[in-house]
Amino acid sequence: MTGTILWTILILSGLGLVLAVVLFFIAKKFKVEEDPRIDEIEKALPGANCGGCGYAGCRAFASSAVAAPDLEKHFCPVGGNAVMKQVAAILGFELQEKAPQVAVLRCNGSCEARPRVNTYDGLQSCRVKASLYSGDTLCAYGCLGCGDCEEACAFGALHINPQTLLPEIDEEKCTACGACVKACPRTLLELRNKGPRGMREFVACRNRDKGPVAKKACANACIGCGMCFRTCTHGAIVFENNVSYIDFSKCKLCRECEAMCPTGSIHGVGFPKPLDKEAVKERIRKRKEEAAHA
Amino acid sequence: MPKITFPIGGVHPHDSKFAADRPIEVLPLPPVAYVSMAQHLGAPAKPVVAVGDAVKVGQVIAEPGGFISAFVHSPVSGTVKSIAPRKDLAGNMVPHIEIAVEGDEWAEGIDLSDTLVTAIPDDPAAIIEKIKACGIVGLGGATFPTHVKLAPPPGKKAECLILNGTECEPYLTSDYRIMLERPKEILIGAALMQKALGGCRAVVGIEENKPEAVKVMRAAIAELGLPQIEVAVLKKKYPQGGEKQLIAAVMRREVKSGALPIDAGAVVQNVGTSLAVYEAVQKNKPLITNVLTVTGKMLPAERQHNYLYRIGMPLSFIIEQAGGVPEGAVKLVSGGPMMGKAIANPDAATVKGSSSVLYLGAEDTVRKEATACIRCGRCADACPMGLEPFLLNRLCKAGDLEALEANAMQDCIECGCCIYSCPANIPLLDRFRIAKGQVIGAIRARAAAQKQ
Repeated sequence: MTGTILWTILILSGLGLVLAVVLFFIAKKFKVEEDPRIDEIEKALPGANCGGCGYAGCRAFASSAVAAPDLEKHFCPVGGNAVMKQVAAILGFELQEKAPQVAVLRCNGSCEARPRVNTYDGLQSCRVKASLYSGDTLCAYGCLGCGDCEEACAFGALHINPQTLLPEIDEEKCTACGACVKACPRTLLELRNKGPRGMREFVACRNRDKGPVAKKACANACIGCGMCFRTCTHGAIVFENNVSYIDFSKCKLCRECEAMCPTGSIHGVGFPKPLDKEAVKERIRKRKEEAAHA
Repeated sequence: MPKITFPIGGVHPHDSKFAADRPIEVLPLPPVAYVSMAQHLGAPAKPVVAVGDAVKVGQVIAEPGGFISAFVHSPVSGTVKSIAPRKDLAGNMVPHIEIAVEGDEWAEGIDLSDTLVTAIPDDPAAIIEKIKACGIVGLGGATFPTHVKLAPPPGKKAECLILNGTECEPYLTSDYRIMLERPKEILIGAALMQKALGGCRAVVGIEENKPEAVKVMRAAIAELGLPQIEVAVLKKKYPQGGEKQLIAAVMRREVKSGALPIDAGAVVQNVGTSLAVYEAVQKNKPLITNVLTVTGKMLPAERQHNYLYRIGMPLSFIIEQAGGVPEGAVKLVSGGPMMGKAIANPDAATVKGSSSVLYLGAEDTVRKEATACIRCGRCADACPMGLEPFLLNRLCKAGDLEALEANAMQDCIECGCCIYSCPANIPLLDRFRIAKGQVIGAIRARAAAQKQ
């Protein structure tokens, strides 16, 4: 009895020893030489594997960054400048800092503003819905509300508000990975600079219809009146196809366009004080008078 | 003669041909016509008239915008009011020419008499040229330009012209009515297309639920003395009218994955197209009218209609002429209940391929909640292309394009048999349409990359 146990232990230990030696030499022979910096970079990265950088995951990003001549095409939107500083340090590069970004929804067609004119009972997917028809409201440009963006967000930063049927973005959780931008068949989500202390202006509409048509479809639509375009003194507003767009690199956050917008389709976010429309309008009027005198 | 059909799959929805006994009525002219520039498969047409121009019926108002494209003619006489995007059936913006109707003055050279012209021109090229000039497109649903189909690529020869008179979609009766009322014109149209294809036999495929049409067509063949044309009686099964299914039924040949019907030696044309070809070649009349069915389960017999409409008439005008939307209708469909498109915008204008205004009640259209797949395999039994929808559905969810291609997602004909037969109400086709587009896109991108 004792003998059997003893023999078993001996045979298995001997086998283990022999195999260990074989494996040791095989591992030596077939060793894959890998840049140790890849591991270091991967450790520094957030590890979300979201694909926001354009690579298949954090490891793919790291191995590509090691081989790259500079960091121009490598930026981890999730980690932002802090992580990229570490990556640059590992690789010995100078870091070009990027302004932090956040996703914004360029549609303000909530349920009450945008009446439903038909019902859709197909598969609840924005892409399917968009491929079938223009949607259950009269606006052929607005949010379809099926939540493809919510599904695409790996960080739980997007949720469809059941009251408005529009997605809401949690700024704290949004990493600007851009997954929602790709998921939206109407490209309503856009990555914009977060702005100084989180202040930013944007046009929350992409309706290209003419004023009366857009207005009929949605009370909050940009009607293409061009008022913001004429008001802006910084040349930050691009006005074409009956809809305005604010170029965030030129916007000085004076909020004049927001005050002049007749439909409220220009949104100001993160400002400490609510906008005093009348005061701003008065300021614009005075400036115009002075200009007329001169 | 034994009844024939395609070998695999198919479903048997109730045929609901309520408007079958209603003769074709001519609709009055609308006050305004909106002529879409994207009425055919392929590149949109380019307008050749300007705002303010006076146009006559049958005058060219837009020319083809590419190789696969078609001429568009004015369906009414009057003044061009605007050339601007307008919402189509699905609510998407499409360029339209708006024409205010004044009188009904036809362009010169169009023969409006009823006399049957039986003499077939000798030159095949002239026939195809005439078909192209008259803007004829396939009226079976896909609106593929007919002149392209009638000119097979070099090295390929048509052995059989199949006229599609199956009308396998429930409710629709427009093809049935033209077969009853204008059989000789359809057959001469077929003879013209046979000539254009360089001579081949022709078969008119008609489903067994239209015995009258079979009788009338056979009598017309005998009367006209056309030995090259025969009538094949097909079993009633949906989607018999699908191009590949019809070829399988009539010729016992399978069109390979990725191949065209011409590779199997077949050209399929709808009976409506054949009628349009007759009118174009023999009467010089462009494609500006078509027949459409207004029907629904809830409509009494006297409100079921088959209308001859002018292309560009708003659907709302037709609905009004037919007595308005009936009570109990929750969904309006243009086309049949299986493959038709929901009318999201009733103000949309009719196009060359409009075949019906169909009213569906809640019991026929509102979807039930989807439950889990129980792997019963009914979808695979029903699929006329021999695909496995339950598997494709899982692959769609996973977004596995390679596996989708390996399982022939690109062969889906979007007939809806899978979704019709699914006991778990799973929205199979909804996903397939998207996935099919993606797979075909990937195949094309690969082919383009290989060319370079």
